Amino acid sequence: MKKIPLNRSFALLVVLAAMFAAVRVEAADYQARVQADIQAFRNYFAAQFPDVKFADYADGVYAIDEDSRQQWKEMEEFPPYALSVEDGKALFEKPFANGKTYGSCFANGGAVRQNYPYYDEKKGKVVTLEMAINDCRVANGEKPLACKAGDIAKISAYMAFISRGNPVDVKVQSEGAYKAYMKGKELFYAKHGKLNMSCAGCHMQYAGRRLRAEILSPALGHTTHFPVYRSKWGEIGTLHKRYGGCSNDTGAKSFAPQSEEYCNLEFFETAMSNGLIFNGPASRK
Amino acid sequence: MKVKAVAQNNVVSVKILVQHVMETGRRKDETGKLVPGHYITEVNAQHKGERVFQAELGPGVSKDPYLAFQFTGGSVGETVTISWVDNKGGTEKADSVISAV
Amino acid sequence: MDGSFCKQILMKEVGMGVSRRQFFKSVAGTIAYAAVISAVPERVFAAWNQKAFMSETMAAAIAAKYGNLPIEDSAAIQIKSPEIAENGAYVPVSVATTIAGASNITIFSEANFAPLVASFDILPRMRPDVSLRLRMAKTANLVVLVQAGGKLYKAVKEVKVTIGGCGG
Repeated sequence: MKKIPLNRSFALLVVLAAMFAAVRVEAADYQARVQADIQAFRNYFAAQFPDVKFADYADGVYAIDEDSRQQWKEMEEFPPYALSVEDGKALFEKPFANGKTYGSCFANGGAVRQNYPYYDEKKGKVVTLEMAINDCRVANGEKPLACKAGDIAKISAYMAFISRGNPVDVKVQSEGAYKAYMKGKELFYAKHGKLNMSCAGCHMQYAGRRLRAEILSPALGHTTHFPVYRSKWGEIGTLHKRYGGCSNDTGAKSFAPQSEEYCNLEFFETAMSNGLIFNGPASRK
Repeated sequence: MKVKAVAQNNVVSVKILVQHVMETGRRKDETGKLVPGHYITEVNAQHKGERVFQAELGPGVSKDPYLAFQFTGGSVGETVTISWVDNKGGTEKADSVISAV
Repeated sequence: MDGSFCKQILMKEVGMGVSRRQFFKSVAGTIAYAAVISAVPERVFAAWNQKAFMSETMAAAIAAKYGNLPIEDSAAIQIKSPEIAENGAYVPVSVATTIAGASNITIFSEANFAPLVASFDILPRMRPDVSLRLRMAKTANLVVLVQAGGKLYKAVKEVKVTIGGCGG
C-alpha cells in the first residue's frame, strides 16, 4: 500500500518533468517555426523581385512600379495623412470624461505602434493597436470607436507616425500565440468566396502583376504602413477596413473589423514582415 | 491648413495642404439627393504686404487641396500669409514662417 | 452642414504658425471675400469667374475667361502628370512655362463635367511653375493655356484614368 503513492508521485514527477521539458522546448520551437516561415516568405519574394531591396517592401507596390511610385512620391510632398496625424494628436491628447487621456494606457506618449499586434496570454487572443485604443476607452468609461475609419484611424495614424522607424518584431512564443498565428496563416493561404481566391493567390503568386487596372502589392511588408489615407476612401482608414474591402472584392463575406479572424490575419501578416520597419501612416491609391 | 515655406537663394518654395471637402455638387448621398457644391474658390499668399500667389480654384481640384508655388525675394524668418475663401463664405488664414532648406 | 464643415470651425495649430478659421454666413462671407481679395490695393484681382468654372465645355470656359483671344500651340509649356493616374480623384499635376511675359496659367481637364480646373495669375514675384492635385473623371487630355501678351499658348497631355480591379 505504501509503494503505490511513491510510484504514483514518481510517475507524476516524471510526467511533470516531461511536460515542463516539452513546454520549454516548444517555446523556442514556435518562434523557430515562424522564423522558418518568414525565411521562406522572404526567399519567395526575393526570387520574384530580385531588384527590390528588402527594406523597400515596406513601401508596397511603390517598390515595384515606377509610374505609381512617382505619384506616391508626389503625394509624399505633402501627404493628406498629415492632416489626419494632426487630428489624431488632438484626439490622443484630449482627456476623457474622467480626466485621464490615452497617455495613461500607452507608454512613450503613444509611440508604441511597434508593440502591436501581440498575443495576449491572459486574454487568449491577438491584440491589435485599434483594439488597444478601444480597450483604453472602455477602461476609462468611454464608448468604443467604430473600427474602420474616422477617429480611431486618426488616433492610430498619430501613434503610427510617432512610432516610425521601429522594427517589426512579432513574437510567437506560446502555444496560444502559435495557434492564432496558424489560424491567420490558414486564412491567408486558403481559397474562399465566390471567386475562390486566396490572399496568397494575388499577393504572392500575382504580386507585381495587374488585376484589371490594379497592380497587386506583395504581401511582404503588407501591414507596416497602416493606417492609410486611401485616395479611394478620401480619408484615413484602418487595416481591417482594407481587409474587409478585399474580402468583398473576392466575393467572400467579410469579417467584422477587429474580429478574431482579421486579428489573426494581421498577426500572421505582420510576423511575415518581421525585420522591416514600421513606416505608417501612408498614402495609397 | 498646413503650410511649408522654405527659402533657398532668395527663392521661397511654398507648399500648402488644406483640409477641405471640395464637394463637387455632382455627388449624390445615400438617399439619392445631390450634395450641394462646397469648394474653395480662391487661394492667395502675401509676403511683406505684396501678393505673391493668386489662384482661382473650382470643384475640379482634389479633396484636401494641395498647392505648390515659388516666389522670389523672400528670406528665412519672414512670414508668408496664406488665405482662402470657399463658395459658402468659409475662409481660413494662416501665417507661416519661412525656414531654411 | 456636414461633419467636415463643423471640423473646420475647430481651432488648429499649424506646425509653423497659427491658423484661425472663421466661418461666415454668406452675406458676411461676401464681405470677407472682398476683404481677402482687396488686401493689395495696387492691383485689382477679378472676382471668381463663376461662368468659366461652371461651363460644361472647354470652349465655353475659354470664352467665358478669355473672350476671343487667339490660341496657338507651344512647346514652351511643360506638363508633368502621370501616364496612368493611380486614382482619378487625386491626379498630381505640375505645370511650368518659359514663355516670356506669361501672366496666367490655366488648367483644364477636358472630359470633366466642368473642364476648367484652376487658374493661376503669374504675379511679378511668382515663378511660372505651379503644382496641384486635381480630379479627372476619366481618361482625357489635360489642357494648359498660358496667357502672354494678347495671346493664349496651349499644351496638351493625356492622362489615363482607369477603374481598378480590387476595391474598385
